[in-house]
Amino acid sequence: MLGQIAYALPFLAQGFALTLWVSLLVVVLSLIAGVILGVGLVYGPAPVRWAVRIFSDTIRGIPILVLIFFVYYGLPAVGIHLQSFWAAVLALTLFKTAQVVEYLRGAVASIPKGQSEAAMAIGLTFRQRLAYVIFPQAFRRFLPPWINGVTDAVKGSALVSLLGITDLMQAINQVIGRTYEAMPLYIFGALIYFAVNYALSYASRRLERRFAFIRD
Amino acid sequence: MATSSNTSTALLDIAEVSKSFGAVNVLRSVSLTVAKGEVVTVIGPSGSGKTTLLRCVNFLESYDSGSIRIDGKEVGFRPGPARNSGARQRRSERDLAAMRAETGMVFQGFNLFPHLTAAGNIMLGLTKVRGKSKTEARSIAEHWLGRVGLGHKADSLPAELSGGQQQRVGIARAVAMEPKILLLDEITSALDPELVGEVLAVVRSLAEDGMTMVMVTHEMAFARDASSRIVFMADGGVSAVGPPKEVLAEETTNERLRTFLARFRASHF
Repeated sequence: MLGQIAYALPFLAQGFALTLWVSLLVVVLSLIAGVILGVGLVYGPAPVRWAVRIFSDTIRGIPILVLIFFVYYGLPAVGIHLQSFWAAVLALTLFKTAQVVEYLRGAVASIPKGQSEAAMAIGLTFRQRLAYVIFPQAFRRFLPPWINGVTDAVKGSALVSLLGITDLMQAINQVIGRTYEAMPLYIFGALIYFAVNYALSYASRRLERRFAFIRD
Repeated sequence: MATSSNTSTALLDIAEVSKSFGAVNVLRSVSLTVAKGEVVTVIGPSGSGKTTLLRCVNFLESYDSGSIRIDGKEVGFRPGPARNSGARQRRSERDLAAMRAETGMVFQGFNLFPHLTAAGNIMLGLTKVRGKSKTEARSIAEHWLGRVGLGHKADSLPAELSGGQQQRVGIARAVAMEPKILLLDEITSALDPELVGEVLAVVRSLAEDGMTMVMVTHEMAFARDASSRIVFMADGGVSAVGPPKEVLAEETTNERLRTFLARFRASHF
């Protein structure tokens, strides 16, 4: 049994690398897009707020699997052809972006209005207020749900296997297809996912403690 | 208008300012001028528009009509293009920020930045708005913390300070920017009674230094002793204005003022 795993290891490692790559892309892209749209949702003019609200509510209301199939099989109908890898990344990023928007909105809304006013009163511009006053405080509230979302992204990346992309999940399935040793390989796969996510949660707790400057 | 206010001695010139929230007229054609070095105290029942007036001066609130000028420069608005018959336009974000840096404000709820130390709170505006180096900002912060009696608390976070100490940092943060005028919005109202004195002592010493101040307060005794003039507001308008002795005189003929003072004396003495 261990021999089976040892034999499959290089192949699984490739799948694992792809899982990490997809997760990293999704996490970074959704963070950038989500923060920008989130700021639009909180501070933007009415049309921007509505647009972001509709985007976020729509995306969050669709099962992620449907979203993946929609991007991969649906978009070609309107002339947009994406490779399966990028279709998967796009779908997961859209899904995650909608979540980041909500985390950001919640975190910023938790900062009392007096903070913005005090920052205005000393003459900080809008960007400076965000950068030096609002975001440093909101970060502490943003972090826990966001890290939680990152672990979801790592787990959710397993869905890309449905588009035939050889990530960790798909690699495991392919090895099982050759060896018919399902249980040990699934357990091994679960352990890898768990190890990554546990490391993330642990790092998150450490970070949260570092930013615990407010007593509440 | 612009030329006359440039030549006048008024540092702050509030002229016929009106504002309403929906159907409620919070400010009704309020006019008030404050000369350099004056300490003007605004009193009045809650809901009379005192705080709103103060917040209009640094444009934390907009106003519907009238004008507010500091050193002759209109706060918040600039004249629009002639094709729009010169209707006023809101200043740009950058413009507003630069203007607000010229007025200091101290808040009822302190509003210190909880993620920054006492010195950090003061240094933020100095480095980001005034463009001073960290070292220079730090020494200015230490100077002002010393002035408010908190030289030993420079590296404390706001959560580690008492209310009175936090408010003194709030004052230091405002005056370190060397504003032309300092706005104090009920700065002792959220404090335990035994902490009020230490904060008022700081305000008094600033007044002695010649800092121009407009303050909203319920500390009548302090208002009487420290102000050059007292403004009594009622229903969004200025109902009485004059030296403390006149305005706070018991035999005032102003009905509303007499009622306010009587009620005040009944509840505070």
